[in-house]
This record gives sequence, structure tokens and C-alpha cells, in this order.
Amino acid sequence: MAELLLEVGLEEIPARMIADAQSELARRVEALLARQRLLESATTITSYSTPRRLAVRVQGVLTQQLDLQEELTGPSWKAAFPEGQPGPAAQAFAKKAGVPVTALKKITTPKGEYASATIQRPGQRAEKVLGEELGKEIGALSWPKTMYWRPNKPERFVRPLRWLLCLLGENVVPLEFAGIRAANVSYGHRILHGDRPIAIGRPADYLATLEAAFVVADVGLRRHRIRTALDAATRTLPGARWREDEALVEQVTHLTEWPTVLVGNFQSEFLVLPEEVLVTVMRDHQKYFAIEDKQHALASHFLAVLNTEVGPEGMAIIRHGNERVLRARFNDARFFWNYDQKLPLEQRVEKLKTVTFQRDLGSYYSKTESNLLMAKALGAAVAAQGIPLDHAALERAVLLAKTDLTTELVKEFTELQGIVGGLYARAQGLGEIVAQAIYSQYMPAGVEDSIPATVEGQILGLADRLATIAEMFAIGLEPSGSKDPFALRRAANGIVKILAESGLPLTLAALEAMALKSLPRAGAVGTFLKERLDFYLREVRGYAYDVVNAVLSTGLTTVTDAVARAQALTQVRGSDDLLAISTAFKRIKNILRQAEEKQDGDSVASESLTEPAERHLYAEALRVAPQVEAMRARQEYVEALERVATLRPAIDSFFDQVMVMAPEPHLRRNRLALIASVLNDFSRIADFSEIVPG
Amino acid sequence: MSPETFLRVLDPRPFSVAYAQPSRRPADGRYGENPNRLFKHTQFQVVLKPPPVNVQEIYLESLAAIGIDLRQHDLKFEEDNWEAPTLGAWGIGWQVMLDGQEITQFTYFQQCGGLDLDPISAEITYGLERIASFLQDVDSLYDVVWARTPNPVTYGEVRHLEEVQFSVYNFEQADVEKLWEHLRLYEAECQQLLSRAAQLPEELSPAERRRFPVLAAYDLCLKCSHLFNLLDARGAISVTERVGIIARIRVLAVGIAKAYSRMIARESHG
Repeated sequence: MAELLLEVGLEEIPARMIADAQSELARRVEALLARQRLLESATTITSYSTPRRLAVRVQGVLTQQLDLQEELTGPSWKAAFPEGQPGPAAQAFAKKAGVPVTALKKITTPKGEYASATIQRPGQRAEKVLGEELGKEIGALSWPKTMYWRPNKPERFVRPLRWLLCLLGENVVPLEFAGIRAANVSYGHRILHGDRPIAIGRPADYLATLEAAFVVADVGLRRHRIRTALDAATRTLPGARWREDEALVEQVTHLTEWPTVLVGNFQSEFLVLPEEVLVTVMRDHQKYFAIEDKQHALASHFLAVLNTEVGPEGMAIIRHGNERVLRARFNDARFFWNYDQKLPLEQRVEKLKTVTFQRDLGSYYSKTESNLLMAKALGAAVAAQGIPLDHAALERAVLLAKTDLTTELVKEFTELQGIVGGLYARAQGLGEIVAQAIYSQYMPAGVEDSIPATVEGQILGLADRLATIAEMFAIGLEPSGSKDPFALRRAANGIVKILAESGLPLTLAALEAMALKSLPRAGAVGTFLKERLDFYLREVRGYAYDVVNAVLSTGLTTVTDAVARAQALTQVRGSDDLLAISTAFKRIKNILRQAEEKQDGDSVASESLTEPAERHLYAEALRVAPQVEAMRARQEYVEALERVATLRPAIDSFFDQVMVMAPEPHLRRNRLALIASVLNDFSRIADFSEIVPG
Repeated sequence: MSPETFLRVLDPRPFSVAYAQPSRRPADGRYGENPNRLFKHTQFQVVLKPPPVNVQEIYLESLAAIGIDLRQHDLKFEEDNWEAPTLGAWGIGWQVMLDGQEITQFTYFQQCGGLDLDPISAEITYGLERIASFLQDVDSLYDVVWARTPNPVTYGEVRHLEEVQFSVYNFEQADVEKLWEHLRLYEAECQQLLSRAAQLPEELSPAERRRFPVLAAYDLCLKCSHLFNLLDARGAISVTERVGIIARIRVLAVGIAKAYSRMIARESHG
């Protein structure tokens, strides 16, 4: 048994691709070892990466493949051994299997008796197998974007390959990929260690040897060092905290081999610029962490994660350089901010005619017109339910929502779209409602993000997304499979989340109707929204799939109501009584499906109820139904469901004692009508028949 | 994009070149008011074909050669893939960040004029103004000392007027109708050359073929590309039209790349 180490040395891999590639390589190596019968049962697989390398280390690799014993099945025993003696068929089979005829055995299969041969396949040396196979696994790694670099273009890869290190124990595995043969050599940090190769004697020495060459190959350790260094650097600033930013920590982790942290400063005069702009410049353009003071206000410092280690003199130089760049960036932002104020948002509406929304759907000007129609309809529907809102401010916000696309600041910082519009609206005195709505129009940005705080902002967000979805569907651009180029699923997820968390009294059916009113061809919008509600309940709220099915199979009310019903059902679904009801309702559905008679419109004729058990169920249902209905109306769903559960004894004894499919047609019809009405009356909160006993 | 790069990278034969190249981007003009933005800046272009195995290390040595001691700086290669859609050219590479400042675009060319390159070239583009302001530690590009003898002359003294006047022209005074007309004229002449190139008889000798003005066609194509940028800066191109015009100029670039490749194919065989 031995340890395997594979390191693929590359020119700098894009940071965003490293984590996936690292785990894919580990998966591939493990699968290869298993496929090649080289894996001990107790193996440990660890993987590492830096911008310049992907590595996998496996403990518990066999140095030799296990021998394989295989049973080959040949001709039928009768044909092979006519009259008990080996015939030509037996000879041919034995030759093919490479065994003497005398070694053939009789085996009995369900199809009859056959000749069989046991053959031994001796295992090969691991180094040979791995030398032949590992290169294919490296070459098969999937990358979002690849390139050629060698003449005649023999292979594509993420970046040029520079070295391969592959050891099994202390032996080099003779692996070759992209014109490079593996050796027992790696490379350290470009600057701190230089170009000198470093020999790795055995896999166990890998991490320590690299550490001595200023490379922390363990990603978890590197991340930890960065966090610790960020904390330590922040402690030099009294009362300060660095703004947590997991995505940025991840990014700088994959941009460095030997991270250290630098504290930098900028002139406090820049703090008059909106925090959103400052943070975006620091985070997205410079990969700096923002610092805040005790009151969570932005402070005039930043943290930069370096890929080197220097003394005080070098630190001063690097700080000076970074501060200079940030100053230039902030100057730019201030320039754009002041420049943009020369043309207020209200005078930019016309300019939207030159900004394309989508090739077949025209400009953002026409997009704004669609949004206005949709927002007016939504506003009217919400107001009709007694929700107060400022219609004039809403329309103003919708009209101006996209105008920031024409500003220099958004052209420079596209990720601030919406936010810049909101900030400009505020600066230009358009009122807080308008500013807030524009500012928050793209919220929620994801499942974690919060929704717009104001009703006007919520309606703008709904209108924008709904209009987009309807228009895209109307021209046949709905998402299919994994293809969703216009991120319509995300848009619909946003709609559901806004509805769920705002409590706006809008049903998905109402939204569908509004979409179809202007775009009758967007027929599938309703189903699409319902799928996203299903997704929201399962993936975001975490309700069990059967609970979600049960809730969504009944008529759709509002999203908040669906959430409340799912919550109640989750709470009571475990009770024996409810599970029994669920089973009974499934049975009712089956009976009704199989019954020849149509029950539509049939009502129960009480005089035709002959058996005590059916009379009892009828009476119970009549008694309980109005109670449940009243609770349902008050949205006391847990109580309502518990009340439904009290029907269990009546239902159980009905099925124990009464034969629904009685030979007499009038009895049969009446009983079918009875169970149909029970099913109907008590399935309005949830369709219990969907519940799967857990 | 200089013909030294655009045309030379199409040739399968090894070739390396370095030259200083002014790059004009009308939309980047800021009337000389922004200390970090220029309508015209200077790139030092290095093309290496095929790229040496240690091209990154050679690049790092070049930084040392202009006085940057990398042991006292923070250097990162960050993903950045270069693309010139009007010329059908793109590559894979990085922006090289030195102390948080982008100082170089490092590209492995993959396609040029819509043609797959083989062998590929490495293109290293140094931003001279940025590197100069970095080395001289000045906050404004206009304060860079551009010449020292006999008396120091700043970049601003040499170039500020040009930034102001071309910003005025590019953003305010360029005659949109005439720009469109120029674009049509240059495009038509370029197309005419390209269709003649396509009709050159097969039996033409390499020497005769060499006389055909592919380079002039490329010059016309570059003029179209610049006019497109001017129209864009002038706000005359809607996002919708944009794609179509890029495609029109790309057609010229592809035609030129093909004509040039045919020419050198005969050369290397003849």
C-alpha cells in the first residue's frame, strides 16, 4: 500500500474556477482508482489548490491491482460435451478462455446447464496503470472556458500546463499530459521562492515542503489565515470591524498562495459619496474589504489581501500604491456622480429609446411602458384590498426606474443599477417613496436577500419581473431544462418571495390574469409561477414535498396563505388520526375514479342512507364541516386540521361496515355522493391524499 | 489594432515584435478633467509567436528591467480575457495587477479576423501612462514627466490640449451624418478590394499576389472601426444597431484575414 500524490501545475487559473476543478479532480482520481481496483477500503482523499496548482493526495492506494477472477459462460453443456466427452464447441471455448478443456465446469443457470471457465486476470502495477490513465482524467476536467497554447492545437485546457508532479510512494508515476512528463518536482511562490524547482521526496512531505517555499496549498488553512489576518489588521484600528463578505474571502483565497493583509486609508472627503458606491469600488474593482466603525458607518480605511510577504519598507510601498489606485477610482466615481447630475433622471426617459432591452422586445423605453401598465394594474388590485399606497409616486418610480442605465456611473459600475437610480432620485429631490422604490427594484437579489421595504417598491419589483416574464413567454423565450438565458426563473423566484414576505393580497392567479390581459400568448405563465411557488416552499422554506403537493393541489389563494397552510400541515401531519384520514382520502379518490357513475352534482339523499355507519359519517361531516370552514376563514389552520382529524372514527367505521359499491344502484350512487362530499368539504386547506406516511 | 499584430499573428511562421502604439478610445475622453482617463493612451505591445514556455517569467523580468523590485510589491495575475469584436479577435489571459493597479494585459490570442490561430501568439500590452505614473508616483497622468532633457516636460504639456479638443469633437461636434457617410465609403472601398482579392486567378505567382493591397484594405477596415467608436461616443448608435454594425466591420476583418492567409500560404509553399 502506498500514498499517491498528483499535482497539476498551471499558469494562474481563474479564481472563480478553482474550487470546482479541485473537487472534480479529486472525484476523478478516486473513481479511477476504484475502477482500476487500486483502492484500499480505508482510503483518505484530500485535495489542495492554489492559483497555480491543483493537487490530490490519496492514502491507501494499492501498488498492484487486485487479481481478477472472472467466470466466463460458454456453450450449453450438452453442446460442449456430447455424450460426456468434450466436443469441438468445448475445445473452441477453452481455447478462447485460455484454459485446458479439463478445467471447464458445469454451471446451472435458470436457462439451463452451461460450460463455464474460471480465468485469472493478474493485476498490473499501479504505476503503469496510473501512468496510462491519469492524464486522461486531467484532460477530461470540465472548465467554463478553455484555450489552446501548443502548436498544432493538440489539447484545450484552462491555462497552459507548466509541470506535473506525480508520486506513488517515493516513485514517480510515468504520467504524461500536454507534452509534459511527471516528475518529483514542484514550484514555490513566484516571487518569494522564485523559479527554483523543489523536490518532493514523498507525498507526505508535500504540504510542508510547499509551506517552506511560501505556498499554503491547503485551501481551508489559507482561508483561515486570511480571516485571522483580517481580524488582526482590524484590531490596529480602534473600534473598527471589517465588513464580512464571504464571497470576497473566497475570491482572495483563490487569488493567493501566501496571503498577508494590508491596512490602507483613504481621504475622509470621499465619505460624502454614497456608501454603496464606495463599497462597490472597493469590493468589485479592488477586492478590498470595507471597514466600519462602531455605529456600522463606513470608515475611511480598507483591507487588501496581498499575495506576498514584505517587511515594513515594502508594506509602505504597497500601501502607497493601493491607496493611490483607490484614490483614482474614487475620483472617477466622484467625477461620474457630478457629471450625471447635469442631466436629471426625468430628462433621461427619452434616452431609454436607444437602450435595447431585448432584441425582439425593443428598448427600455417600451419596457418602461409595459412596466407602467403592469404596475398600474397591480397598484389598483392592491388598493382595492385596502392597502394604502401612493399611486402617483409609484408611477413616477416606474417611469424613472430604468433611466439610470443612461448614467455614466452605472455604465462604469453596472452592478449598481437601480441603486444609483434611487440615490440620484433622492439627490434630485424626487421624494423618498420614489427614491426607495427605484433603489430597491432589483431586491431580492437571491433567496437570502430581503425584499423592498415599501409597498411601492414591492409593486415596482413585481411589475418589472412579471412584465419581463410575460413578454418573454409571449415570444417563446421561456426557460427550458437548464437553459434560462434571461434568468426568468430567478425573476419568478423574486415575485414569489416578494408576495410571500410582503403579505400583499395578490394571488398567483391574479398575476397570471394581469399578464395574460396584455399578452394572451403568454399562456404558460401561470404554471411557471406555480412551479416557482413549489420551489420556494420546498427549497427556501424547507417544507416536505408531500406537504407542498398537498397545499398546492387545493385551490390557490395568496402565497402567504399557502405558506401558512404548509406550516400548519407540517405541524399536524405526524398525528395518527391525520395519517388515517390521508389513507382514507386516497381510498375515496380511488373509488371515485373507478366508479362508473358520475358523481357531479349528485347530492346525498339522507333517506337513502341505510347503514348506521353511513348515517353517522353523514351527520359528523355535516356537523364538523361548518366548524372547519369557519376556522379556515379565520386562517386558524392548525385548529382546522385538528378538527378534520376528529372525523377519523366516523370514516374508519364507515369503511369497515359499509360497502360503497353496493349492488343496488341508488345505494351505490348515494354512497359515492357521500364520500365525494366528505372529500370535497375537507380538502380545502390541503389535499390529504398527497400526504406520504413518513 | 496595429497590422503588426493583426496580420502577423495570422502567419504560421515564428515572429516576435515589440512597438509603442497609440490607442484611441473616443468614449474614454474626459475633456482632460479626469486625472486617470484618457481618450488616447500609449500601449507598449509585445507579440511573441509561438509563446516561449517561460513567457510569464520573461514578463516578470521585464518589470524588473524597468526598475520594479517585485520583492517589494504585490503582484497578481487575475482572469481577464481580451476581445475586439469588430476585428473578430479574442484571447484568453489576465490583467496583471501590481499593488492593486492594472499595469498589463496579458493575452494568449486564440482567434484573429475570425480565424483560429496556429500557432497562437502571446500578446503583452503594457499601459505606458499607468506604468509611468506608477514609477514616478504621481496622482495625475498629466503630471507624468514625459521628457527630462533639456528641461522636464510633463505629459499634460504635451497632450492635455489634444484631450480637450478631441473630447469636444468626439462628444459634441463630430457630424453624425458625415461619420455615417465616411463609414459607408470606407466600408465600400474595403469591400471592393476584398471582392477583387477573392477573384484573383489561381495561377497568379506569389510575387504578383504580394502586390495585392491587403494592407490597404486593413487600413480601411481600421478607419471603419474608429468611425464606429466615434459614432458610439457621439451617442449615435443604439444598442440595437450596435450588434449589426460590429458584424459589418467584422465581415471586413474576416475577409482581410482570409486574403492575407491565402497570400502567405502561397508564399510559404512557393
